[in-house]
Amino acid sequence: MSLEYIETFLFTAVRIATPIMYVALCSTIALQGGLTNMAAESMMLISAITGVIFSAISQNLLIGILAGMMSSILITLFLCFAAFVMKVDLYLMSIALNTAMSGATIYIMYVLTGNKANTAGYFASLQMPNIQIPIIKDIPIIGNILSGHNGFTYLAIIMIFVVWFIIFRTKLGLRIRAVGQNPQAAESVGINPSKIYTISFVMASAIASLGGMFLSMGYQNMFIRDMTGGKGFIGMAAATIAGASPVGSALLAVVFGVADAVTHYSKLYITDAQFLSAMPYIITTVLLFILSYIRLKNSEHDMRKRKAAALKAHEENV
Amino acid sequence: MAKELLKMEGITKIYGNGFMANKDITFTVNEGEIHALLGENGAGKTTLMKILFGLENCQQGKIYLNGQEAHIENPLDAIAKGVGMVHQHFMLVPNLSVAENVVLGIEPGPGQIFDKKTAVRMTEEASEKFQLKVDPNALVRDISVGLKQKVELLKALIRGVKVLILDEPTAVLTPQEVRELFVQLKTLRENGYGIIFISHKLDEVMELCDSATILRHGRVTGFVKKEEMNEIVLSKLIVGRDVVSTMEKKESTAGDTVLKVRNVTYVDDIGKKLVDDVSFGVRAGEIVGIAGVEGNGQNEISEIITGLLHMTKGTVSINGKETTGLNISQIRKLGLAHISEDRMTYGCAQDMSIYDNLSSIYLDNPKFTKGVFVNQKALNQYVKDCIEEFEIACDSEKSPIRMLSGGNIQKVIVAREFTSGANIIIANQPTRGIDVGTASLIHRLLQKYTREKGFAVLLISSDLNEVMNLSDRLLIMRDGKIAAQFTDMKKVNDELMGEYMLGIKKMTEEERGDLH
Repeated sequence: MSLEYIETFLFTAVRIATPIMYVALCSTIALQGGLTNMAAESMMLISAITGVIFSAISQNLLIGILAGMMSSILITLFLCFAAFVMKVDLYLMSIALNTAMSGATIYIMYVLTGNKANTAGYFASLQMPNIQIPIIKDIPIIGNILSGHNGFTYLAIIMIFVVWFIIFRTKLGLRIRAVGQNPQAAESVGINPSKIYTISFVMASAIASLGGMFLSMGYQNMFIRDMTGGKGFIGMAAATIAGASPVGSALLAVVFGVADAVTHYSKLYITDAQFLSAMPYIITTVLLFILSYIRLKNSEHDMRKRKAAALKAHEENV
Repeated sequence: MAKELLKMEGITKIYGNGFMANKDITFTVNEGEIHALLGENGAGKTTLMKILFGLENCQQGKIYLNGQEAHIENPLDAIAKGVGMVHQHFMLVPNLSVAENVVLGIEPGPGQIFDKKTAVRMTEEASEKFQLKVDPNALVRDISVGLKQKVELLKALIRGVKVLILDEPTAVLTPQEVRELFVQLKTLRENGYGIIFISHKLDEVMELCDSATILRHGRVTGFVKKEEMNEIVLSKLIVGRDVVSTMEKKESTAGDTVLKVRNVTYVDDIGKKLVDDVSFGVRAGEIVGIAGVEGNGQNEISEIITGLLHMTKGTVSINGKETTGLNISQIRKLGLAHISEDRMTYGCAQDMSIYDNLSSIYLDNPKFTKGVFVNQKALNQYVKDCIEEFEIACDSEKSPIRMLSGGNIQKVIVAREFTSGANIIIANQPTRGIDVGTASLIHRLLQKYTREKGFAVLLISSDLNEVMNLSDRLLIMRDGKIAAQFTDMKKVNDELMGEYMLGIKKMTEEERGDLH
């Protein structure tokens, strides 16, 4: 296996990880607020198609991205209204929304283009350019892996820090965490949990929309039906396993990216198409087991340590 | 005459279902006063405090703060107007630090940025000022219950409240922590704070409070100054009938030993021996009490017998059959019933109805089933009988059990366990946090079932009066061992028990006598 081969492999892994990273960060915010965001799929789908349409019409990349983001926020506000005001079950609503958006995006595409598979040839979407990072691009090996990615990929890395900062360094973040762990406690000091849930979901949807637009305006330049392909759920899994830590979620997203890349590269050796298509999910499942097991062991260890400390404190008191 | 901090005048509250929770209540708190609010569960104390704290509104009545009429819209408004509340169930966020919990909602910092250092400093300053020592950087999940309560107090005080509502603050504390809390409350009193102290424990009220307002069925039945306070006066006002604290007790006629605990040892996850080679028995027709400072193995004994916890060594037998290897349901079928210390977790299913809670243990009982079907008729009759015999106050047997007051929930549990067909009852803290009326009902029932039906009862309680009055034999636990046994309850008093509970004295095997 040549060095170049490994470089290309890892480059692919980072590329594949990009949308998962966005979803993982989006789910991290929701999880910190105590809710699981199962609607990431629909947030990505709607922004992916809206971004393509608006960038093509306006011929302005920024307008396209903002329009995509707005569409994602709009359906999220609808979701929040249903769940937090009308008291519909959030998770049932999220699943329903995912199904609805899968159909709605195909319908929009069909109405506008007459095609049900993709928008190629009808809308010339603008694309986020690939960026060569100065200095890093000249470092051997690392340069080939980390430089030259799409702008959305670097934005995702910036987002890790942004999300971390919001959650751990702002008043809003403190309130999100408080609501996530004990909504009654937050309420007793005048924090409105529904408002916090809505704010965190809107932020989450803005981040998820970037993941959606990476697919249609970064990696590709068109919308393809159901192009998210379950990434919303893989990202959600990453955030959950990482215990809603922004950095941990992003790293796990990369791990899942590697799993996907392995599948891509296995095409050369494995000819069974059915097995190949199942492979990323098999790898993901196995990884989930291993990581969960490690976490379980760690938390048991922590618990024992805490108990021992409490016991010691108790004995000192006596 | 001290300044009047708070006056609630003519408060009337009728709930949507027509239940009148408060009727024309007038209640005042002065500067530098600790004012007790007493009453049975369901007497309207909680409703009154919810109105004061802005959690409920009332149909009639006015609230004055510092002599000025105030309309309290919600808890935040109440805090802003100087009324704070320490809830019975703490309103804290476990994974945040003490400082973060204290400043939550009034976070310091420029713009949207949260300034953690200032938060820690604010907490330290308040902690110093009010003599409530806490570590601002510790995570709330790691600190003791007593410290959590201090955090709650700080939360209220840092927001500048002058009137503090404490809802049964001592229910969750150890005796030492209670001492400490009292010292702190007295300091606050000296600094001019007005404190509303809700409690069931009359001795605490008499020690701490300057005056007491007593509610019954939503009305004020009495106002007592410190000088006039004594247990008899207070309990008369609370229940409206004389609760005689020393019970008439018939001689016990003990039969065979039906519950046998033999050489039971329990070592927990971190290697601490919580129960150390304990052997004793309970005979039919007697009540055996276990007393001790909490955490000396009493609770573990109860959980081991009932099958919630697996012993490390030893055996337990019920009506002659060993329980080793049996699950909880199989153990119960040997003739064991259990009134758990934690009634909301093990005692009942909160969201299910009184009916479902009562019938839950009979779903495989031939008495109430026909083949795979439940015999609704028999079950309906049974539930009706229970509600009648055990005086359960409820609108309907179909309403969720959590809607009832603590005392009534306990009555449902007691009804189910007493009628389950078992002849051995493990009663772990059966009257903790329960109004005097229900407590005395439970005491009477325990007596009646042992004397008339030959039940064997193991009573574990931290209420010394309760164990002294009810027990035919009393065991004292210390460090996971049985430190003493008293067979003549006339010779037992608080002080003597205290000496054994604290480990000052210890009986030899001969002195202890036959543990059965």
